[in-house]
Amino acid sequence: MSNLLNVSPSPHLHGKESTQKLMLNVVLALIPAFITSVFYFGTGAVIVTVISVASCLLFEYLIQRFILKRPLSITDGSALVTGILLAFNLPSNIPVLIIIIGSFISIAVAKMTFGGLGNNPFNPALVGRVFMLISFPVQMTSWPLPKGFGTGYLDAVTGATPLAVIKEGIKNGEPLSQLMDKIPTPSQMFLGDMGGSMGEVAAIALIIGFVYLLWRKVITWHIPVSIIGTMAIFTAILWFVNPEKNADPGFHILAGGVLLGAIFMATDYVTSPMNPKSMIIYGFGIGLITVIIRVWGAYPEGVSFAILIMNAFVPLMNTYIKPKRFGEEVQNG
Amino acid sequence: MSSTVLITIICLSLLALFSAVILYFIAQKFKVFEDPRIDEVQAALPAANCGGCGFAGCRNFAEALVKADTFEGLNCPVGGAPVMADVARILGKTAPVVEPTVAVLLCNGTPEFRPRTSQYNGVSDCRISNSLYIGETDCSYGCLGNGDCERSCKFDALHMDPVTGLPVIIDEKCVSCGACVKACPRNLIELRKKAKKDRKIYVACSNCDKGGPARRACKVACIACSKCFKVCEFGAITIENNLAYIDANKCTFCRKCAIECPTNAIIELNFPPRKPKVEVQTEVTNVK
Amino acid sequence: MLKTFPLGGVHPPENKLTADIPIEYLSVPESVIIPVSQHIGSPANPVVNKGDAVRTGQLIAAGKGFISANIHSPVSGKVNKIDFASDSTGYKQTAIFIDVEGDEWLDTIDRSKEIIRDIKLSPEEIVKKCFESGIVGLGGATFPSHVKLTVQSGKKCEVLIINGVECEPYLTADHRLMLEKGEEILTGATILMKALNVDRAMIGIENNKPDAIAHITKLATSFKGISVYPLKVKYPQGAEKQLIKALTGREVPSGRLPLDVGAVVHNVGTAFAVYEAVQKNKPLFERVVTVTGKSLSKPGNYMVRTGTSLARLIEAAGGLPDDTGKIINGGPMMGKALNNTDVPVVKGMSGVVIFPAGESLRDEIKPCIRCAKCVSACPLNLEPFLLMTLSEKGLFERAEKERITDCMECGSCSFTCPASRPLLDYIRLGKSSVIKMARARNLK
Repeated sequence: MSNLLNVSPSPHLHGKESTQKLMLNVVLALIPAFITSVFYFGTGAVIVTVISVASCLLFEYLIQRFILKRPLSITDGSALVTGILLAFNLPSNIPVLIIIIGSFISIAVAKMTFGGLGNNPFNPALVGRVFMLISFPVQMTSWPLPKGFGTGYLDAVTGATPLAVIKEGIKNGEPLSQLMDKIPTPSQMFLGDMGGSMGEVAAIALIIGFVYLLWRKVITWHIPVSIIGTMAIFTAILWFVNPEKNADPGFHILAGGVLLGAIFMATDYVTSPMNPKSMIIYGFGIGLITVIIRVWGAYPEGVSFAILIMNAFVPLMNTYIKPKRFGEEVQNG
Repeated sequence: MSSTVLITIICLSLLALFSAVILYFIAQKFKVFEDPRIDEVQAALPAANCGGCGFAGCRNFAEALVKADTFEGLNCPVGGAPVMADVARILGKTAPVVEPTVAVLLCNGTPEFRPRTSQYNGVSDCRISNSLYIGETDCSYGCLGNGDCERSCKFDALHMDPVTGLPVIIDEKCVSCGACVKACPRNLIELRKKAKKDRKIYVACSNCDKGGPARRACKVACIACSKCFKVCEFGAITIENNLAYIDANKCTFCRKCAIECPTNAIIELNFPPRKPKVEVQTEVTNVK
Repeated sequence: MLKTFPLGGVHPPENKLTADIPIEYLSVPESVIIPVSQHIGSPANPVVNKGDAVRTGQLIAAGKGFISANIHSPVSGKVNKIDFASDSTGYKQTAIFIDVEGDEWLDTIDRSKEIIRDIKLSPEEIVKKCFESGIVGLGGATFPSHVKLTVQSGKKCEVLIINGVECEPYLTADHRLMLEKGEEILTGATILMKALNVDRAMIGIENNKPDAIAHITKLATSFKGISVYPLKVKYPQGAEKQLIKALTGREVPSGRLPLDVGAVVHNVGTAFAVYEAVQKNKPLFERVVTVTGKSLSKPGNYMVRTGTSLARLIEAAGGLPDDTGKIINGGPMMGKALNNTDVPVVKGMSGVVIFPAGESLRDEIKPCIRCAKCVSACPLNLEPFLLMTLSEKGLFERAEKERITDCMECGSCSFTCPASRPLLDYIRLGKSSVIKMARARNLK
């Protein structure tokens, strides 16, 4: 035999999973949401997504090639996913330069400074979004209303999102029953016919994505179910106590970025906990903080902040909340 | 001045005064007495925190030096004699004379001499490949080439040569801290006494197999034929476990053993050229 | 609902290419090399010298101490020398070299084909016979069986479990043994039950062997106290702790033995060897080895005498294919890759898997994405990503606290990792360092 034998430690087989395949599955799961965003917001959705993805990939390439001088990893798909998720957090009429700045923050600051893929403590897309929100508050809070497929990029007509309507209305003392006429119906909200960021509006598209991710075993049910469940419970309690000041749980789950955050942002591998027990607590924390910000905080939407705050607790949870080992209970017997 | 400003200034000043008093008493109560000489000695040390002295960092070593009665067994290989003399001066003691050493690789198994018989495809870590199998050649004692030594060196003195697969030690940068000695799972690196003009003569082999298998695995293996032992007039060479070893303390660098060695297992470095003779070009594993 | 273990596990492709190939007895080789350590514990001491004549089944090395095993000659002939020989890692160990002359067995061995079901020996005699016959665990672990059968005072065995799972891909030795020597295996199980003083035995067989399940279930009706359980196909179902959990629901505590939950596990191959030792007076010197691989021309299950060169065994299977990239001793999940074929077949060699070059190389290592798939794959619910980092950085005390010594090195974590990280490589390193550290600490 002319070839030398290969020797390596066991196991000598490898499963079919790879980082790239996982990222591509996430991209596939986001396609329904992309379709609905184009359907409701028109050309702007396409432009924003394309620019966001291109900038993220470009910045990662430039940093790895020229500053870090490390082998390139843009083909693993993580920058692609960050680009898409960042875009889905933005209004469809946001100027190009702001997108590029946001992509830079997401990739260069939130991801590469910590050491690249796998080392960042905070969700890069959310860091980018929050940076943009604080630096460009006007552009980042002028949410386009869904005017359909033919809308030009900068032609979007902006208006208040359902959450903003409720928040402002409550502040002005209007009872909830009156405000309900000013916002879309639940079925409209479910299908995505409301103002908001590009990816968050269509609940149905996001749920299709969720089912796909569960089927392909990309994520487990723990984090999304825990977030939505916690929010449902707390908003239900508040609604029960005062139905005129607090909206019902159904509204809270369909409005704003809860579904997008719970399914796609909070389940980001790098920044979420690594065992089921911690995942439930993590989801609980996010749900609770979101409700607090929405009801008592200054912002109408709290999911991004809630996720970032809980990201900070993840290393602590990973260290102190351990899975129950095999044979543990009898250990002391 | 308006009353608001006045009140602010008075309040803050009182707060500052109060804090200062509390801090002073706490600092006094929890004060730890430390011999001031420890700081002095630490300042004299090279601050490399390499562990070469056997202690956990320069400060730890400074504490040990101050506490010790004599400097027996205490030496900073990085700073060497000048630093130890300085410390001795500070503490009013005498520094023992410690001979400088340098790291030397006791293996010369390049692909030219030691053919590859398999391909290692696991993670590049010598400890792991050593516990897995004998390595990519038939010599179960030789260098595995996965670079544990290179990674352990904090002084940039050890680099893996991609062509030979062996580490190359840069004499000038080596401070004899011993990290590479500990890192090598096959104990191939030795700290040998430094000679004048950086000359070295040593048996570049660690193979303890009998002559036949050793030679079959590597052309420049030591086959324990004992020719070197017989020719050495100074008793510097011992043969144990099918392997020859040259004691650097007894060796006078006469080089007779290197001429005698039939497999060219003995490496001589930095000597003036001999009268011409057919010699197999041995790979240099130590450079200036 | 098939029984299974609840935590972790992976599903490598089964590739049981040789499942339908009956056992073939390989002819006696011209010479054999028999290592004196084919088991866990102290190596055996040779009791023959150069020039001695030996017969098949004769004792040639005696076990040293309690945790050790006897070694018997698989051939008749003359001892050529006692020298060093390479084992499967390439490192050398003492071995007895015998030149073969004919095939004369010891007169005490009963070579008749008749199956003897009546067990005449007492429990203590059975355990002694196992030791004398050099019986070790033939599932691959090679733990001396008489040690497992010796129940320490204060402990009680409640059930005997027979491991017919064979969860490793490609291997079919146990499968064929169950189909062709089923009655002998069940008799062996009854002998083990007598030795352990239990009245029930559970045989676990993975559900990808329906013919074996049907056959053994039918045979078991004529044996008292033996029941057969098909198990869900999941790797590593054949691991001792997982098998006990699936069949009895009990978890063996960390650092303890199966006997602490009242169970003793033996492989079907071991049960067969016990039958032959107790009923036929035949010591352990041959075993079924699966030789398999997609490019082999004659893959199969061969009954091979120990000491036979692996090269000869592969020749019998059609010779080493041209595109061979890797030769594995054992199964592809836990077996060891060999660097040449000049190794002798030993008691623990359950199979030889030959991979073509295209399947022999690992993927490039990428950074950890913290997906925690390794945690969900681990059958013991450990955290492989953490254990790898701790071992890499040398933080062995913390690794000990994280139960790194519980790891059974099944490889599920490395198999699953999407970033192809060498998790198990570093965990093994950490394990050996922690064990060394703990030993040094206990000596103080």
